[in-house]
Amino acid sequence: MKDALVLVERFTAHPDSRCWHVAWNPTATLMASCGGDRAIRIWGKEGDSWKCLSVLQDGHQRTVRRVAWSPCGTYLASASFDATTCIWKKKNDDFECLTTLEGHENEVKCVTWAPSGNLLATCSRDKSVWVWEVDEEDEYECVTVINSHTQDVKLVVWHPTLELLASASYDNNICVYKEEDDDWECKATLEGHTSTVWSLTFDPSGQRMASCSDDRTVKIWKRFDGAYMTWKCVCTLSGFHERSVYDIAWCRLTGALVTACGDDGVRVFKEDSTADPEQPVFSLAAHVSKAHSQDVNCVAWNPKEAGVLATCSDNGEIAIWKYQDDHE
Amino acid sequence: MNMEEKELEVYDVIRSIRDPEKPNTLEELDVVTESCVEVRPLPGDEYLIIIKFSPTVPHCSLATLIGLCLQVKLQRCLPFKHKLEIYVSEGTHSTEEDINKQINDKERVAAAMENPDLREIVEQCVMEPDD
Repeated sequence: MKDALVLVERFTAHPDSRCWHVAWNPTATLMASCGGDRAIRIWGKEGDSWKCLSVLQDGHQRTVRRVAWSPCGTYLASASFDATTCIWKKKNDDFECLTTLEGHENEVKCVTWAPSGNLLATCSRDKSVWVWEVDEEDEYECVTVINSHTQDVKLVVWHPTLELLASASYDNNICVYKEEDDDWECKATLEGHTSTVWSLTFDPSGQRMASCSDDRTVKIWKRFDGAYMTWKCVCTLSGFHERSVYDIAWCRLTGALVTACGDDGVRVFKEDSTADPEQPVFSLAAHVSKAHSQDVNCVAWNPKEAGVLATCSDNGEIAIWKYQDDHE
Repeated sequence: MNMEEKELEVYDVIRSIRDPEKPNTLEELDVVTESCVEVRPLPGDEYLIIIKFSPTVPHCSLATLIGLCLQVKLQRCLPFKHKLEIYVSEGTHSTEEDINKQINDKERVAAAMENPDLREIVEQCVMEPDD
């Protein structure tokens, strides 16, 4: 392990609360974070440090679990334990609540925009995944409710290039959905993890997916397109994480994988370029054992600057890191 | 390093938690005992606390409620850095695995504590007599 993960900046984002999620906007000029204090905060760079530009406090009645930027960067969606999803529109440095999407029976765990910008997906402890369509008049309509999981759905994520949706669940499985005749259907169920799957990320090509779990492992899945689309687990990373792995992110720019763990650590894994593509090998390239003083909940690669990473924690902090590849 | 001292510190926090249904503490009902607490050292001056409690009744919601009380009180009252694992002791419950999974899912715990009715019950159970 010769590479390093260097701390660039650390600051309190949500005082006396958990910071559950942090997300870069598409141009990496802003970050949005959310937490147990029911607030969403918008961060911008002022010289060398990050400053809070705006606090969106009245959108939700309970914890805000996730925030997601639209591909155009003008809209922000927030998912809350109050069972709603808010859509915010950027107006200069501030955000105004456009609409509130209702329908889930209980906590919404995740919201995510499709790369096209026309679709949104949400998931909930009510075991369902909802797909919403947005039209030119900023009107949102639920087009499908999918009930493929048998338990709490923790996360939904869109494929980078194809119209495919994937979800991770407390039922230990991953589902992959495709649109068929105007309806979304589960086309593949990926079994293998032995506990809750917390997060998923697609590789830059979309040929592979990485998942992370309460079972303290990371799995790499490869897509096989035949008569039916199938996914096979081609690699399992075990023995690296001491506790639940809460988040994982695959860098679009460098192909590096990073994880957020309940042991307070952040780990970067790199793929061995000489390995057989059918049996990839990932090795631990960098590890910060006490990245935060409490659980790390989220990891997000800066979409414009290679090697820059944001993390957030139960201690309410956000930290920015620079991953220095030894071979640069 | 003396784990016994730490174990006693932990036990002192949980022994007085009131049972959600009966007018007794968890200690009085033998739901928790000194020996149900295990503490192991973790790197960086932190400790792993493992608690195995025995609910009196084979009722799923009661067991998860007790688990929730244990989570909340320890999170609030323990003065040293720790990671927590709470389990229903083996053989005391038919849906042990389900209960253990729920109690140890911090997202589920956080959401439960935002439910006003559940929160009220938990607060009553973890309240110190002189609060």
